[in-house]
Amino acid sequence: MLADSLAGGVLIGAATAGLLLVNGHIAGISGIFARATGRGVAGWQRAFLAGLLAVGAGAALAGLPVPHALSGQSLPLLAAAGALVGFGTKLGNGCTSGHGVCGLARLSPRSLVAALVFMGVAGVTVFIRRHVL
Amino acid sequence: MRALTAFAFGLLFGLGLLLSGMTDPNRVKAFLDVAGTWNPALGLVMGGAIAVALPAFALARRNSRSLLGEAIDLPGKRRIDAPLVFGAAIFGLGWGVAGICPGPGLVLAGHAAPGALVFVAAMLIGMRLAEWLPSRGA
Repeated sequence: MLADSLAGGVLIGAATAGLLLVNGHIAGISGIFARATGRGVAGWQRAFLAGLLAVGAGAALAGLPVPHALSGQSLPLLAAAGALVGFGTKLGNGCTSGHGVCGLARLSPRSLVAALVFMGVAGVTVFIRRHVL
Repeated sequence: MRALTAFAFGLLFGLGLLLSGMTDPNRVKAFLDVAGTWNPALGLVMGGAIAVALPAFALARRNSRSLLGEAIDLPGKRRIDAPLVFGAAIFGLGWGVAGICPGPGLVLAGHAAPGALVFVAAMLIGMRLAEWLPSRGA
């Protein structure tokens, strides 16, 4: 499991490095998704998004199950969480990939602050739901 | 060509998310749950990704053009301001509740998981709401 996590991280890093050096763009998923679903020109964003979706479709075809931890959650709760994620990433200009990987890899103080805040708040949220409520 | 390479990097990124365990909310929450049975595995995902991306960003700073001849597009904002901090906090709250962030949400939406489709649709609404906010200082 540790090896899988590291190998997965290396693939994410390679895709990030590739998109940067070959195409000249930042692999920040929330920003790519916002552009790809907007009205403006978004050729590469839509192509990148298609790649992400294709992995999920391929996993479904290969018979990989959806993690029970997702299918077991209530849909209204997921909708509320999704809305918070969308609103927050737009307001803060980035998510785990944009700030957490790209921003930290380019040593951006702005991204370091963002990553510490979202990981801290996410950690406190899990703590409250698991150990307090 | 540009769309083709972007598609290929999207595939690679998605495979990385799937392999790493980021698409499993239980593993994400186990990583975030520092006070419980902490599972540090996902720290390796971020660490591995940053280790590989770091030299690429160092190289990008010294080159103004990408291999395909496009201008390398790096973020220009530097200010640590209220929208950054509040936005990150709101995102962290949503991430902590669902255990999935935008990338894994999109991979799982490609899987046609109902929960992920709802999550992604709501994410889109949240983004559009944030765009309607009165213009924030640059």
